[in-house]
Amino acid sequence: MSVIEMRGLRKEFTVRIKAGRLRREKRTVTAVDGVDLRVERGEMLGYIGPNGAGKSTTLKMLTGVLMPSAGEARVCGLRPVAERTRLALRIGVVFGQRSQLWWDLPLRDSFELLRHVYHVPAGEHAARLARCRSLLDLDEFLDTPVRQLSLGQRMRGELTAALLHGPEVLFLDEPTIGLDVVSKQAVRGFLAELGRAGDTTLVLTTHDLADIERLCRRLVVIDHGRVVHDGSIAALHSRYGSRRMVVAELDTALPEPPALPGAPLQRVEADGHRLVFVLESATVAEVVAGLAGLAALRDIAIVEPDIEEVVARLYRAPAEVGEQVWVTE
Amino acid sequence: MGSVTATVAPPTDSNVTRWFRTFGAIVGSGFRRHATYRQAAVAGVVTNSVFGFLRYYIFVAAAGAAGRVAGYDRAQLATFVWVGQGLLAVVAIWGWTELADRIRTGEIAADLLRPIHPVTSYFATDLGRAGFASLSRLLPPVLIGLLFFDVYLPRRWATLPLFAFSVLLAVVVCFGCRYLVNATAYWLQDVRGPLILWTLCSGVLAGLYFPLGFLPGWLEAGLRYGTPFPSLLQIPLDVLVERDPAAVQFGLVGVQLGWAVALLALCRLVQRRAERRMVVQGG
Repeated sequence: MSVIEMRGLRKEFTVRIKAGRLRREKRTVTAVDGVDLRVERGEMLGYIGPNGAGKSTTLKMLTGVLMPSAGEARVCGLRPVAERTRLALRIGVVFGQRSQLWWDLPLRDSFELLRHVYHVPAGEHAARLARCRSLLDLDEFLDTPVRQLSLGQRMRGELTAALLHGPEVLFLDEPTIGLDVVSKQAVRGFLAELGRAGDTTLVLTTHDLADIERLCRRLVVIDHGRVVHDGSIAALHSRYGSRRMVVAELDTALPEPPALPGAPLQRVEADGHRLVFVLESATVAEVVAGLAGLAALRDIAIVEPDIEEVVARLYRAPAEVGEQVWVTE
Repeated sequence: MGSVTATVAPPTDSNVTRWFRTFGAIVGSGFRRHATYRQAAVAGVVTNSVFGFLRYYIFVAAAGAAGRVAGYDRAQLATFVWVGQGLLAVVAIWGWTELADRIRTGEIAADLLRPIHPVTSYFATDLGRAGFASLSRLLPPVLIGLLFFDVYLPRRWATLPLFAFSVLLAVVVCFGCRYLVNATAYWLQDVRGPLILWTLCSGVLAGLYFPLGFLPGWLEAGLRYGTPFPSLLQIPLDVLVERDPAAVQFGLVGVQLGWAVALLALCRLVQRRAERRMVVQGG
């Protein structure tokens, strides 16, 4: 049985818009527009989309804090809204922009309180806390009140707080937002470790695609409330035509652009000293051999496809890249 | 899709103990959260004490040469004022907008994601807060009263325990009222209006500005039984100064109990309604 199931999940909001001095017009906005999705136990799912695409709304419906307008959802076999308190014992949630810790209490007290709230046996609690303390370096600020923690420290505290009761599913809503490079790495490293253990299902929304590349094998892209891609990152690249590129640095510029079979020239830089080819059917060796016959090569670099580029194209023109497409391997 | 029927564990002893342990832990955290702000507590005590003098002399002036007004003599008025000044912070009529703020900012989501009913969790926290206030804010004004004035000390043996219970109920009733006022944020977003109305009503009708006995009998009775406000201050203080016969004392606490139960039930009802239509603010 899938640990998360959504069938035709939909959320509409009614907003009132000014339409004159006193008049307000009601308008219905569809934030999530019929999402069908299944997530299996132990999967690490990246759930991305531009601002306002419906990511957070989906997460709110899955965690039971928002009532769907239509469709249904099951998480751990439970109906999120109707069985919210029971579900809360089995899931963990981290909101990058919100805190679930007690502002006035030291981190240590917050954790102790959570132990009672989630009815966790003392031994289990101590073991999980010890693990988080070593992996996330919590010790130096464990006795600091939450209001005095830096964002990076607080986020490490939030992650710990979400995991102390051993949840089956962990929902992370932009957990690396606003963090510096070191804290981001700490958070990612910790989540990767959690994913490797394989018994926690992870659903991650983010705008930082490095999070996804590092952590998730499966990527769901949502836009205007609809799923526009569901599959691996590689599948996304192949579907939307992102290719590896070869960047060749030449000693002398060529009089005219070279034509290599299977590797069209994408652009010319540095007064013709740098050429960028897209690898379509040709191999790197063929490109190098072809170029070597034309000019003296100073350097060759191979550039992996950039996921940001693909996703940016996807966000800009979702219709162009296809209606409701599922790519599965 | 395979359906799963989750079973609810029957209420066993261990479940009940577990619930109380959780409740106790949240009460303790409420106590510690407020114990962090000690300087604020000192500032509060000073303010309450200054206003204590002011109120006492106004009430005594109302009592006039006869030294009695609305069933209180001077000593009873002194007790009424000084214990009242201490109870203000225990009951916490003013200044609680935590729930409304969390609804407005969407932080309420974190409360809803815990395996405990929000009303229960806020209530336990408030009891902890009241516990800290009983130690830090109630005792100083009472001591000032004892030192500087001829105060009335209870004569019936049952009065003190009944007073303690009545204060507990006052805390519950006040929590219920504040929760409902804050919960209007689910619908209104901006709670300033309801908050001003609450501040005004609670001050006047709880017996803070003047004992409700100053009002005509029919009006006083109407307020006492028809609104929760006198349960906040007037009733506990009347119980303490033994203004009425013992049977009436018990009756008044009974009225408080009724309000406490009704308000907590109403809080849960309102919370449930709110969750059905709630929009968690922010992305």
